[in-house]
Amino acid sequence: MIGIFAFYLFATLTILSGILVIFARNPVHSVLWLIVAFFNAAGLMLLLGAEFIALLLVMVYVGAVAVLFLFIVMMLDIDFAKLRSGFTRNLPIGLLIALVLLAEMLIAITAANSGPLIGDQPASTAQSNLSAMGELMYTRYLVPFELSGIILLVAMIGAIVLTHRDRGDVRGQKIHHQVRRDPEEAIRMTTPESGKGVEL
Amino acid sequence: MITLGHYLGVAAILFVLGVLGIFLNRRNVILMLMAIELILLAVNINLVAFSAYLGDLTGQVFAMFVLTVAAAEAAIGLAILVIFFRRRGSIAVDDANRMRG
Repeated sequence: MIGIFAFYLFATLTILSGILVIFARNPVHSVLWLIVAFFNAAGLMLLLGAEFIALLLVMVYVGAVAVLFLFIVMMLDIDFAKLRSGFTRNLPIGLLIALVLLAEMLIAITAANSGPLIGDQPASTAQSNLSAMGELMYTRYLVPFELSGIILLVAMIGAIVLTHRDRGDVRGQKIHHQVRRDPEEAIRMTTPESGKGVEL
Repeated sequence: MITLGHYLGVAAILFVLGVLGIFLNRRNVILMLMAIELILLAVNINLVAFSAYLGDLTGQVFAMFVLTVAAAEAAIGLAILVIFFRRRGSIAVDDANRMRG
């Protein structure tokens, strides 16, 4: 009983916050609704017995991706009112496509005979979800797992290379210049006459 | 009784919301990226639901891979957005016609 209630609670909250992500006027609010959506989706996954993925979702999305989005939205000085100008113009065709897509998916779901979920009771063994996942990830899916690590590395290096820029007006420390200097050209000995300055 | 179909229904609605978001916010790249995140979340719910339905953890492993790719995509997408804004002073996708594509 409580499981059914929890499912409907999480499901409605996920969908509602998904709607608000799209329709919120302020992009900051969109990001905050995205966070709510991810929390509730994590709740749905907890109900399915996938604790690891649920907590990973909260950590990765709320902890990293949503904060990144918030940072970008707040950092860029954008006139968001102007960006919304095409909103009503695109509304009819967008709604049409969305409804057709939804109808297709719901027909496909109802057509497939879906039996009761076995995930309600914990998996057959006494092993926890986390250790079972770990065993699978480090044996059968070792290569894809390592590859996903490489994807993250490439993304990290790519983001750094893309956003890094050399600004001419900032005087940073250039160590090779410092090391390359030698006393002959760095020091000049002069004997200025009294009353006259030194020409630099 | 909550069946697999209920979870698939939630995921389908979320997926369609993501597609709708891409169509409605055609000019705002940040909201388009958020809509893509919604779509990937729907895919993740589907994968986990089928993983529970079939009693096979493979779906959850793949949900984790989807999560990895989603995080990488968000990082790269936002980095491109930042340099685009730095060059053009706007993030409207309509302005991205420099290459006449």
